[in-house]
Amino acid sequence: MTYKLNGIQLNEFFARVASDKKLYLPVDTENGARFEEWTEGKTLSSKLNTVRSAKDFFFPQVQGIVDFKLEGKNIEVIDRREEVKDFVVFGVRACDAAAFAVLDRVFLSEHVDSFYAEKRNAATVITLACSNPEETCFCSSFGIDASAPGGDVEARLVEDALYLSPLTEKGEAFVESIKDLLVSADDAVVEADKALIKAKIAKLPLASLKPADLRDKQLETFESEAWAELSQSCLGCGSCTFVCPTCQCYDIRDFDTGHEVKRFRCWDSCMYSDFTLMAAENPRHTQPERFRQRFMHKLVYFPMNNDGVYGCVGCGRCLKKCPVSLNIVKVMKRIGGVKNEQ
Amino acid sequence: MNSNDTLIPFVAVVTDIRVDTADIKTFRVHSLDGDKPLKHIPGQCAMLSIPGVGEAMFSITSSPTNEDFIEFSIKKCGCLTEWLHRIEVGQQICIRGPYGNGFPVEGALKGKDLLFIAGGIGLAPLRSVINYCRHFRSNYGIIDVVYGARSKDDFVDYEEIENEWKKEDGMKVHLTIDRPQENWDGHVGFVPAFVKELGFDTTKTVILCGPPIMIKLTLEELIKLGFENTQIFTTLEMRMKCGVGKCGRCNVGNKYVCKDGPVFSFDQLDELPDEY
Amino acid sequence: MQKVMLERAKALLSDGTVRAVLAWEKGDFAYDTTPAVFNSAERLEKGFVYSPFCGANLSKYLIKETQKEGKILVFLKPCDTYSFNQLVSEHRIKRENVYVVGVECKGMLDIEKIREKGVTSLISASWEGEQVRLVTADGEILADSSELMQERCLCCKSKKHVAYDELLGEEGEVLDSNRFDEVARLEAMSAKERFEFWRGELSRCIRCNACRNVCPACSCEKCIFDNPDSGVQNKAAADPFEENLFHVIRAFHVAGRCTDCGECSRVCPEHIPLHLLNRKFIKDINELYGEFQAGETELPREPLTEYKADDVEPGVVYERGAE
Repeated sequence: MTYKLNGIQLNEFFARVASDKKLYLPVDTENGARFEEWTEGKTLSSKLNTVRSAKDFFFPQVQGIVDFKLEGKNIEVIDRREEVKDFVVFGVRACDAAAFAVLDRVFLSEHVDSFYAEKRNAATVITLACSNPEETCFCSSFGIDASAPGGDVEARLVEDALYLSPLTEKGEAFVESIKDLLVSADDAVVEADKALIKAKIAKLPLASLKPADLRDKQLETFESEAWAELSQSCLGCGSCTFVCPTCQCYDIRDFDTGHEVKRFRCWDSCMYSDFTLMAAENPRHTQPERFRQRFMHKLVYFPMNNDGVYGCVGCGRCLKKCPVSLNIVKVMKRIGGVKNEQ
Repeated sequence: MNSNDTLIPFVAVVTDIRVDTADIKTFRVHSLDGDKPLKHIPGQCAMLSIPGVGEAMFSITSSPTNEDFIEFSIKKCGCLTEWLHRIEVGQQICIRGPYGNGFPVEGALKGKDLLFIAGGIGLAPLRSVINYCRHFRSNYGIIDVVYGARSKDDFVDYEEIENEWKKEDGMKVHLTIDRPQENWDGHVGFVPAFVKELGFDTTKTVILCGPPIMIKLTLEELIKLGFENTQIFTTLEMRMKCGVGKCGRCNVGNKYVCKDGPVFSFDQLDELPDEY
Repeated sequence: MQKVMLERAKALLSDGTVRAVLAWEKGDFAYDTTPAVFNSAERLEKGFVYSPFCGANLSKYLIKETQKEGKILVFLKPCDTYSFNQLVSEHRIKRENVYVVGVECKGMLDIEKIREKGVTSLISASWEGEQVRLVTADGEILADSSELMQERCLCCKSKKHVAYDELLGEEGEVLDSNRFDEVARLEAMSAKERFEFWRGELSRCIRCNACRNVCPACSCEKCIFDNPDSGVQNKAAADPFEENLFHVIRAFHVAGRCTDCGECSRVCPEHIPLHLLNRKFIKDINELYGEFQAGETELPREPLTEYKADDVEPGVVYERGAE
């Protein structure tokens, strides 16, 4: 079932949603599009995607775990966790929505990460179909359909009109809660929009890029000579990792405030020299080894453990943000990818 | 909010500290109400932490058959371990776990003659499984232990070895030290050569743990003796943060050492990239 | 220019003058160029590029490359030669193992500014006097280069190469740059306003360390931020104030050695104007110790490491900071 707004403007819709729960949506800033909490006057970004991915909602850069008070030989564990209130995220693109599914496979599998789960449960995700995919987009390489981005509610803007299709129970409940703003929409409009987007995606420069199935070629791929050359100019920074919607490695650290100790987790990167450093040794001494780990994980190890699902969703952020333009597309073309340019 | 997350530790207390060697101490840990803090299977690990100092994974040295407490033999080699070596009895510590797969004591090891080979602190994770097998003696065949240390003073838990293991029926202990030393009439030399010299029957199941170079060379000797890599198990050490296969630190190939390991047979390791 | 450079690189490679060529390699799009070491004429032929998108400063790669046996050819733009000199004077680059070919630069373009203009499917870009010709799949656009250039190039300090073995193209002059205008604007703010400005900018930091890792002045073999025992580790902290301090500390560490190449701001995925911190230090050094440009010569007198009887008294610095 698809609905459309009953003759009201987008901002009226946002105001209504925000009157009930916190609403986050991409807005344009001087420094690119970002997810921000909607307040009066904020409008939906005109950009295709946000600088930082939507993973921040469930796996933020810094997450407090628990606090401790130490006195003499005694330790007190202080749990200051507060309940996460329900919230709505609007405007999540197909790639980021698919990334949630990748993160779910990590955080919601055995030993469920409750910090992630509580936020995931509290969120209603409203996706937005990509009317204007960019040349750095390659979600279709991973079987992701930018014309049907999924989520709890799938939204699309067709000639400035907002269409909403609930896909989950949460989505149904959301639509029900604003039913008075909606009228039934013609499915033909939705289908036509999908077809239009698909046609645009087919024409993108990276449309023909397809990842190879390397699940039974773990060692062969690991030992490829291509890694040395591919990683030659890698700076060993974490920009690709941190803008990536699926990268989920983290560190756990303690911060001593002087009064107590705060244990928190923060984003970490397998590109960093100390990632695997132990007191006595480091199994990955050099940058080429760390570079290889990041891409082996996304293109080989993750699919091996997850029914062939890749650890990349083709959002293209690393294509835009790598300081030296190294990125997963270049890796895919060399490591078992089709149409190797060699 | 009363959180329940594996990342949140509970508080336990150190009730005894035994000095094993110049750089290894064994810590006995009880829960705050005097019970055993957690139940484990041999070879599993737990995360120990001192808030503000650090958190790290240690193998549980005591046998699961010990109903009163758990023990950790810890070598001084970094920030947290140095701190632990300075604490006194009564110090509370944070603990979470157990984590990992443990040794296949009810699987591949059951009913077999067992050969344990350890070097230095490598005995720590094996002590748990050795004492477990001693406890359920009838479930296992002959037990051989080859244990090497730098010197006579570097054996972990030497008293237990001398007073209990050596006297146990169907159990043979072969000790070796790196260099000759006064008051030592035992074997002198490195573990790999000692294993070659002892030349074991290849029907045994082997559990091997120690420094990387010792593991590598001993494995070569075992293969030369005719052992298959499917018969040989080891336990890996990697940097870990979460302990449950999510933080990414201990990822080697498609395995997470914390969750899929730390115990692997060598045929499993052969399929993984050499990055551990 | 690209053609001349390619021919010269191939010639120096084939006559054995150099063992390899450090240059830029073209990627999937006109704007994604990657620093690369080319070791054969074939690879050069296939991948070498010099375009208005070759912003990456190659001098830092020479630290590693000149440790290897034999000479390597490097192409350096005017501003890159300052970083090069600085690294040579710090004994980080083995001068005898590098053959520097200076190449002219008319300013590098910012792809994000081009995207902002709604230009898509870019095939190539080239300078045409003060203008830039953008060739796209949909046709050609002639745009004012000042609208599309990187911020750092809009206030270029020098078109002159301060180090080279050979020059290709025209040599320029040291320019009368207005690069301190923005610093002066920040200085004119009240302390509170300035604090708010930096807290706002730095709040976007994701601690990716791209600024540090790309910085030619950050050449320590082991950075303090990579030491897990330092308490100031290389990733996000419980208190974001600590992250803010990372940038301030880094600015102190490179003070007097930063050549103002602007790579830090170019690579920041969050568009934090990090170069302004360094530029403030440069401006202060100029005012307190006399005009000084790091990297201008190979063996400079460095104001922060050389004592002079007429050095400014610490109290003066303190007074300047007071408000």
